Amino acid sequence: MKNIHRFLLIFFFIASVSPAFASDDEHDGNAHQTTHEQEKFEPGNFILGHIADAYEWHVFSTGDFHFTAPLPVIVYSKYSGLHVFMSSKFHHGHESYQRFEIAKTGDYKGKIVETVAGKQIRPLDVSMTKNVVAMLTSMFILLWVFISVAKSYKQRKGQAPKGMQSLVEPIILFVRDEIAKPAIGEKKFEKFMPYLLTIFFFIWLNNLMGIVPLLPGGANVTGNITITLVLALFTFIITSINGNKAYWVHMVNTPGVPWWLKFPIPLMPIVEIMGLFTKPFVLMVRLFANIAAGHMIIMAFVSLIFIFGQVNLSLGLGASVISVLFMIFMTLLELLVALIQAYVFTLLSALYFGMATEEHH
Amino acid sequence: MGLVTPELGTFIWMFLAFAIVLFILKKFAWKPILDALKERETSISDALRSADRAKEEMAELKADNEKILQEARKEREAMFVEAKDMSSKIVNEAKQKAIQEADKVIETARRNIEGEKTAALSEIKTLVASLSVEIAEKVLRQQFADDQKQKDYFKKLMDEVKLN
Repeated sequence: MKNIHRFLLIFFFIASVSPAFASDDEHDGNAHQTTHEQEKFEPGNFILGHIADAYEWHVFSTGDFHFTAPLPVIVYSKYSGLHVFMSSKFHHGHESYQRFEIAKTGDYKGKIVETVAGKQIRPLDVSMTKNVVAMLTSMFILLWVFISVAKSYKQRKGQAPKGMQSLVEPIILFVRDEIAKPAIGEKKFEKFMPYLLTIFFFIWLNNLMGIVPLLPGGANVTGNITITLVLALFTFIITSINGNKAYWVHMVNTPGVPWWLKFPIPLMPIVEIMGLFTKPFVLMVRLFANIAAGHMIIMAFVSLIFIFGQVNLSLGLGASVISVLFMIFMTLLELLVALIQAYVFTLLSALYFGMATEEHH
Repeated sequence: MGLVTPELGTFIWMFLAFAIVLFILKKFAWKPILDALKERETSISDALRSADRAKEEMAELKADNEKILQEARKEREAMFVEAKDMSSKIVNEAKQKAIQEADKVIETARRNIEGEKTAALSEIKTLVASLSVEIAEKVLRQQFADDQKQKDYFKKLMDEVKLN
């Protein structure tokens, strides 16, 4: 069973990387030998290009050779139906395929658009983008790690933990004893443990994978607003489903507040109901902003090298020493932020669950 | 703006993947792991509790031993005291008996002495009486050899009687 997991992972990576060589060979063959102009370096585009989601997984480029892993594009158009093809068909965004292309300007910049009657229309785009693939990879890692750990718990019943078990057990105990128990209470925390453990390990793993610049990592999964939106949405749904009567009554008729704050203008209920939505909203923004900002700062230091290098080669070399030092510092800081943000998201979710299930006497 | 605008495609993938992974992990990973941890914790606390209980029992046993020892010591002491009492009692009794015996002996001796004394005294009395009679006879014989003197004496005796 363990071997099957491993095999699938390896197969997945090989399958996704190998077409890159083919497409790039093809690519070198025809167009780009002729005009190789020195493009002006734009740090804004450079940084955003690395932070934002992409239809292909760019690893590195030397000159015109782009080492990228193409990813499957899945689009459904009202006009032309379902299309499934590899993103290598776009030749890194330079060419269009059928009627689809990656928009270079406009509202849908960087997204796949369909040109219908001279207009660019956004189709339903469920492509497996870089973030989706990275997210799925992390999910497979989570499944593999924790199912195998669970198995060793069954095999070595009542014995001291060993190997992977002893790596994850203190973290599981930390989530249980330091997050769930104090935030939710001794009686009800068990129900929420699976969710809290899942988000904690998912966020932490993806934060860490985001710092690693090599293929399974390097994507900005937890710095993607859609991912954090889903996580916050889950917290919101679980909070609302488990909210007891006291929780909802508290929201509509807040106790201990002067009556004129509730009638005739229901000020407190409005504030409370807004709070219902701002809580998950803040969860979403906090994780997204922290991780995206960390990536941006690291990329900004990389950009500095190129900016100085454009002025003068030796200046660029000098700047690179300082930049690399700062990048090392930032990466270490990100290592810490990765854990802190996972902790904060989990702790706040647990606190919301605690509030929703609290018994009022 | 692209950075802060949620994407529907990513949303669908993430929502489905997360929901499925959450379900699978809950069923096949978190439940067995948390159960195992809980079970281990309870078994550890049980073991600690039983160790405590054994310790208590040990202490109790020790206390019991001590108590038994104490009792034995007390009993021994009591036995000593009793033996001492008994011996002194026996000695006392013997002394008492000896005294009584001695008293009895002395009493008999005194009584014997008394008897001897009275016998001796009565013998002396009889002897004295017979001797005095003899002496008186001898005196009278000597006095009454002269008639005059006989008459005077009688006269004197007669006067005495009259006076009485």
